Amino acid sequence: MAQRSLKGIAVVGGGPAGLMAALTAARHGAAVVLVDENAEPGGQLRKQIHKFFGSKAHRAGVRGYRIAQELISDCTAAGVELLGQSVVFSLRECTLDLLQKDDAFNLKADAIILATGASENALAFPGCTLPGVMGAGAAQTFVNLHRVLPGRRVLMVGGGNVGLIVAYQLLQAGAEVVGVVEALPYLSGYQVHAAKIKRAGVPIWTSHTVLEARGDQEVQEVTIAAIDDHFHPLPGSERTLAVDTVCLAVGLTPLAELAWQAGCRFCYQGALGGYVPLHSDNMETTLPHVYVAGDIAGVEEASTALEEGAIAGLAAAAAIGCPVPIAEFDAAQERLVSLRKGPFGDIRQLVKSEIVKRWADCRVVE
Amino acid sequence: MTTDDDIIICRCEEVTKGEILRAIKAGATTPQAVKRFTRAGMGLCQGRTCRRLIAQIIAQETGQSIADIVPSTYRPPTRPLTVASLRRDNREVDR
Repeated sequence: MAQRSLKGIAVVGGGPAGLMAALTAARHGAAVVLVDENAEPGGQLRKQIHKFFGSKAHRAGVRGYRIAQELISDCTAAGVELLGQSVVFSLRECTLDLLQKDDAFNLKADAIILATGASENALAFPGCTLPGVMGAGAAQTFVNLHRVLPGRRVLMVGGGNVGLIVAYQLLQAGAEVVGVVEALPYLSGYQVHAAKIKRAGVPIWTSHTVLEARGDQEVQEVTIAAIDDHFHPLPGSERTLAVDTVCLAVGLTPLAELAWQAGCRFCYQGALGGYVPLHSDNMETTLPHVYVAGDIAGVEEASTALEEGAIAGLAAAAAIGCPVPIAEFDAAQERLVSLRKGPFGDIRQLVKSEIVKRWADCRVVE
Repeated sequence: MTTDDDIIICRCEEVTKGEILRAIKAGATTPQAVKRFTRAGMGLCQGRTCRRLIAQIIAQETGQSIADIVPSTYRPPTRPLTVASLRRDNREVDR
């Protein structure tokens, strides 16, 4: 395999965290290569046709795909080299093996930032492998990127933000959403997203689950049922709906394969989606010069991914000798903490502090 | 109608829930052991879809907490690639 060595930083993943990490590091003088496997970088931002909300500093009022376009052009202006349609298939120390079209080569960098995001969780029920059962993210890719309706009559499983937003976008695209099913007794997504589909008259069934999908060659109907406090279906509560599509929005898992391979230490944090690499508040893993940012470091939101990316970019640039004013770290940390407020944010802030503490413990032992 | 045991958990290797339950009963009580026993998670996607489902099944059957279930080893390649692509040696770039 051919080799390339980079006096600088390699960023893996071109979503909000990776783009911001690359941009921030490049603006502080680092040579940066950004590797992304998709046709165009942007990650989930490319599919986000809705406006962000929150504060002005976090781009409230701007649509997600616009944020991606801005970041990409800023990256280009800052001299970031983009390796598109390139797949990283292994990581050891600071060396990536990657495949660009049919060419495999390895790239040795001075620092690595992993911003690989998360993958959608599956749900196992009879009929779950029938065509028509898909991740809500997949359905969102169909409608918002490829402008193809995945189906006409859709059941959404999961009432978190992904489920609520995608249900609304499927409605906008002309599909009929026959309902949203949520296992919890309440919707965990933001009220602002829930209100949109409620106004459109979409039924919402909390404390319900999907029992089975049936169909000859593809999904034709699905049975749902109410569940008790222990998530066991209540006999007699079954309801069968004629649908051709079942979308699963049942959570995300940090996509941390490369961090595992490289030998990073992990801990399990259910509130952040599963196993996450231990990291410092500067986003450094337990391996020197290997950083993480965004959903790989614990599933949160695009806004937190942007700030974690900024911090990882600053830290990696500083680590390889670029001058980075300490005030910039402080400002980025402050912005990040401000995002983790309120009933949803408090838990994440607590868990993140636990991760940082365990990272520090590892450092002391070794 | 498919029963619970017929549900395909690992799509790449077409391993059913029944096969995984039998492996657990036979003593394969970790994701690593289930993988070696059944090939679940050894296919093209390297377990991206089924890892979590397998951990949930093991937790349910053995009474362990999901937080205590150690994932099976992650190995390269994380994406499918051809042997031919590894053989090529036509690049020598330095920066």
